[in-house]
Amino acid sequence: MLKQKNAVKEFFRKVPPLIFIAIVWIIAVFLIAIFHKFIMPQDPVATDLVNRLAPPSFMGGDQGFFGTDALGRDTLSRLIRSIYTSLTVAFIGSIITAVLGTIVGFIAAHFKGIVDEILMTLVDFQYAMPFMIMALLVLAFFGNNIILFVILLGIQGWMRFARLARGMALSAQEDGYAVAVKQLGATPFRIYARHIFPNVSNIIIVQFTLNFPQKIIVETSLSFIGLGIQPPETSLGSMMAYGRGYLMSQWWMAVIPGIVIFLTTLAMSIVGDWVRDNLDPTVVK
Amino acid sequence: MTTGIINLDKNKNSSSIMQIKDLICHFSVKSETMFGKKRRLRAVDGINFNVKKGETFGIVGESGCGKSTTAKLVLNMISPTSGEVLYRGLEMTNLKPAKWRALREDMQMIFQDPLGALDPYMTIGKQIKEPLDIHKIGIPRERREKVIKILASVGMEDYMYDRFPHEISGGQRQRAVLARALILEPDLLVCDEPVSALDVSIQAQVINLLKEIQKDRGLTYIFISHDLRIIRYICNRVAVMYLGKIVEEAECGELFKNTAHPYTKALIASIPVPDPSFKKERIILPGEPPSPVNLPRGCRFSPRCPIAIDKCRENEPLLEDKGNNHKVACYRPGEL
Repeated sequence: MLKQKNAVKEFFRKVPPLIFIAIVWIIAVFLIAIFHKFIMPQDPVATDLVNRLAPPSFMGGDQGFFGTDALGRDTLSRLIRSIYTSLTVAFIGSIITAVLGTIVGFIAAHFKGIVDEILMTLVDFQYAMPFMIMALLVLAFFGNNIILFVILLGIQGWMRFARLARGMALSAQEDGYAVAVKQLGATPFRIYARHIFPNVSNIIIVQFTLNFPQKIIVETSLSFIGLGIQPPETSLGSMMAYGRGYLMSQWWMAVIPGIVIFLTTLAMSIVGDWVRDNLDPTVVK
Repeated sequence: MTTGIINLDKNKNSSSIMQIKDLICHFSVKSETMFGKKRRLRAVDGINFNVKKGETFGIVGESGCGKSTTAKLVLNMISPTSGEVLYRGLEMTNLKPAKWRALREDMQMIFQDPLGALDPYMTIGKQIKEPLDIHKIGIPRERREKVIKILASVGMEDYMYDRFPHEISGGQRQRAVLARALILEPDLLVCDEPVSALDVSIQAQVINLLKEIQKDRGLTYIFISHDLRIIRYICNRVAVMYLGKIVEEAECGELFKNTAHPYTKALIASIPVPDPSFKKERIILPGEPPSPVNLPRGCRFSPRCPIAIDKCRENEPLLEDKGNNHKVACYRPGEL
């Protein structure tokens, strides 16, 4: 325990200021998402047609901090709700991606031969195919529902995890501990789940932090073009899309969620890169 | 300890626990040219031996002679090209994975590099407990106690249970690896260079520990090493390997007293003597061992043998009993 405490102290000592700000921002966004029910000043779907299109309070409005939209809904409440939806969808999607990709990678590494060939061809195919086109196709054919949307997000980027996991499992198989545990009579499942996975998990975690902001971007992009989160539910992307129609007159409606998306994904990318550089000894600083 | 799945006839061949018959293991090597013939690396090229219950059978040879491959073949961790590995009369080479795993309760291995053989992300105690979890021995609550007991029997303290491999010393790591192998109460333990990664003082401790455990539990060891001093100290019988073949096999005392094969003689002559005034006759072999991809004609040792005759370069000598259970593969045994 003492050692862990020291490690945490050491960690905070060597964090550069920019990274620190980014981490604070990410934590704040996550806290907003977790406690959105308690901090929303108003119901995000309650309309108030008398007070429509009010400017933010710092621009002279009197209808809440970020004003209201064309139906008189409170923008701040909708923003908080959007952060919750976007982060939840992206987070679940990232977990699906990580699990799917890692399992595929381990299977390819374990069975080798034809199984490996087929799975890695699939990975190459996924790399070559733009994800947005695939997403548009699937959503156009099957229509939109939230579960399909999350699964679709889960497919984005799985091939990176698969390649990483395969490569690392291939080298871990030759490591002494894997041979030794196999020799004790362990089943392959046990070797992968209890020994190889913990040994390669930091690299998977880094890939997760790099994948997560991409998920937010994909979610907002699809919501922006109307294929993602559907009203009355709101997400950062659909808020932006909604605000787009008022860009000339009420520009803040699109810009406010845009800034949140920009800052959140930027912060996550910065932190992800930094974590990778600090965990991977092969990266020369 | 025997598993339920496999019924082993423990009475049949009761004196011999492991029989190796004409074991061959070749690896294919990429040819140097694009369309050239695929070549074969003859790692193990037709070996025979019997390991008796309760003895320590030593395999000695220089690096690259196929010792470690033999160890893996004996435990069936790799499949041989041909030949038989009989454990108490059970043919092991084509076992189904589940049966193979079940048999691990009977035979275990300890490795050269104890740090590599331990999972860096798991505590020592959990790793020693793992074989019990794998083979579902005892109820989970009792397993921890069993681990503590086995830790004590290899000379480790209780608190080591919660240590990680990088937090303990090399000798303790090898003790932990040994404990992990012993917790299943195997009959056969294959030791692949178990002490060559350790300091000399620690080597002695681990070797003595191995001897003690053998006395207590009646274990059978197959002991692989390049160090003749250790072999001499611990083994009952010794096989000398050269380029994938056994060139000489005898009781330990007999081998050192009446050395027959010139290669064994050279090996023994190379043992350092801790006495600076002692002038020993040294046998220096010319050249290096030939590549196991490209073996010489006749006796494999003939290009380096100081007493080779024409016959040696033409025909390969067979391993034959020269009396006193002393087997030699040489046309001119004992003449060097």
